[in-house]
Amino acid sequence: MYQWDFGILWTYRWLFLNGLGVTVGFTVVIVVCGLLFGLLGAFGTLSRFKPLRLLALTFIEAFRCTPILVQLIWFYYALPILAGVEMTPITASALALSLYGGSFYSEIIRGGIISIDRGQSEAGAALGMTPVQTMRRIVLPQAIKRMIPALMNQSIIQFKNTSLVSVLAVPDLVYQSQVAAHDSYRPLETYTAVAVAYAAILIPLTILVRRGEKRLAVSE
Amino acid sequence: MSETSKIEIRSLRKSFGNNEVLKNINLDVAKGGVVALIGPSGSGKSTLLRCINLLVVPDGGSVRVGDTRFAFGDGSKLPDVRTLANFRATTGMVFQHFNLFPHMTTLQNVMEGPVTVRRMAKADAETLARAQLAKVGLAEKADQYPATLSGGQKQRVAIARALAMEPDVMLFDEATSALDPELVGEVLNVIQQLASEGMTMVIVTHEIAFAREVADRLIFMRDGVVVEEGPARQVIDNPQEAATRAFLNHFHRTGALPPATTAS
Repeated sequence: MYQWDFGILWTYRWLFLNGLGVTVGFTVVIVVCGLLFGLLGAFGTLSRFKPLRLLALTFIEAFRCTPILVQLIWFYYALPILAGVEMTPITASALALSLYGGSFYSEIIRGGIISIDRGQSEAGAALGMTPVQTMRRIVLPQAIKRMIPALMNQSIIQFKNTSLVSVLAVPDLVYQSQVAAHDSYRPLETYTAVAVAYAAILIPLTILVRRGEKRLAVSE
Repeated sequence: MSETSKIEIRSLRKSFGNNEVLKNINLDVAKGGVVALIGPSGSGKSTLLRCINLLVVPDGGSVRVGDTRFAFGDGSKLPDVRTLANFRATTGMVFQHFNLFPHMTTLQNVMEGPVTVRRMAKADAETLARAQLAKVGLAEKADQYPATLSGGQKQRVAIARALAMEPDVMLFDEATSALDPELVGEVLNVIQQLASEGMTMVIVTHEIAFAREVADRLIFMRDGVVVEEGPARQVIDNPQEAATRAFLNHFHRTGALPPATTAS
C-alpha cells in the first residue's frame, strides 16, 4: 500500500513558488499578445482585401488545427534550421503560445463583431462616420461585451497550456515540479500539488467569469 | 426645377445579382420639398432612398445632393471612404428599426455624430444634443438608455440624432413601419414639424394619409421603375395609372392623422 507523504513538498516550496511565478507571468504575456494577434486575425478575416483575408485565414487555420506541443518544438528547434532565427526557449514558447491562442481569439473576436446588427454600422455610416470610426465607436464596444465570456474561457485554456512549455525547459510550475519529483522520488505528491495549485488559481477566476456573465446579461 | 433642386438623381440603376431593383430612375427634390416614395415591397423604394446617401452604391447614373455630385458606371471611380463619409454627414437618415446605439444613453446617441464626425467640443455637442432632444419632446429622457424607451420615443431620438448633424436633407426609410399603431402619430408629428420648417425630405412610407398631408410630391414605384409621379394630393385622390389605383385601393387615403400622444 502506497504511503502518501505530502510533507516532503515543503522542502521544495521556493522551487514551486518560483515556478508558479513564471507560470502566471507567462500567462499574462501570452494572453495579452494572443489578444493582439487575435484582433489582427479577426480584422484580417473581415477585411475587404482578399490577400489580407487569405493571410489571416492561413494563420488561423495553421495554428488552430495543429497540436500546440508540435508548434512549441517546431518554433524552438525547426525555426533556427529553416529560417536561421535563434530564440531562447522563453521567447520561442511565448511566441508559439501567443500565436496558438491568437488563432482561437481571432475566431471569438470575429464572431463577436459579425454578431452586431448591420443596422448599427449603417447608422454610423449615415451619420458620416468612416468605417474605422464606426468599428471603434459603435461596433467594438457592443461586440466586446458579447465576446467576454468566450475570451475568458480561452484565457483559462491559455493558462493551462503554459504547462507545455516545460518541454523546452522553461522553468514554469510543471518544470520545477519535475525537478522536485526526480529529486524526491515523490512524483504522485508533486503532481497532485501542481493540480491543486492550478485549480486554486482557476476556480476563483471561473467564479468571477460567471458573475461577469450574469452582470452582462442584466444590462442587455 | 433642376436649377433649384436640392436632390437630383439621373438614370439611376442598381442590381443585386441578377435582380435589377432600380431601372433608370430620375428624381428631383426642390429645396424645402417633401417627396413621398410609395409602392409595394420589393418595388425598389428603400434601395432608391439608400442610393441618395450612398449607403447603397448605384451601378450607373448620378446622384447629386446640394453641390456634391457623384457619377457611377463605366469609367467612373468609386468615391473613397473619406469622401463618402463627408457626403453622408450632410444627409440625415432615419431607419425603420431605429438603429440607436444601445450602449449609449439617449444624449450620447445624439452627441455621437457632432463629437466623432464634426469634432465638436463635448460641451457644445451636449448643448446641441439637448436642444434636439427637446425639439422631439424627449428632453427628460436624455440620461436613459434606448432599451428603456418605447418604439415611438426611440424613433424620435433617432430623428434627433440625425438632426444634430444639421443635415441639408433628411431621408426617412419606413420610419413608422416598426411601430405599434398608437405610437405612429408622435413620430409623424415630428416629421410634419420638420416639413413646416422647410427641411428637404424624402420619405419612404406606407402612411398614405400622412403622405397626402405632408408631402408636396408623391412618387409611386413598382418593379424598379417610377410608375406615376405628381403632386401628392392629385396622385392619391386621382391616380392615372391602373397600378397606382390598385395599390392605393389597399389604403384609407384621407382622414385625420393618427392622434399624437403628448410627449412622455
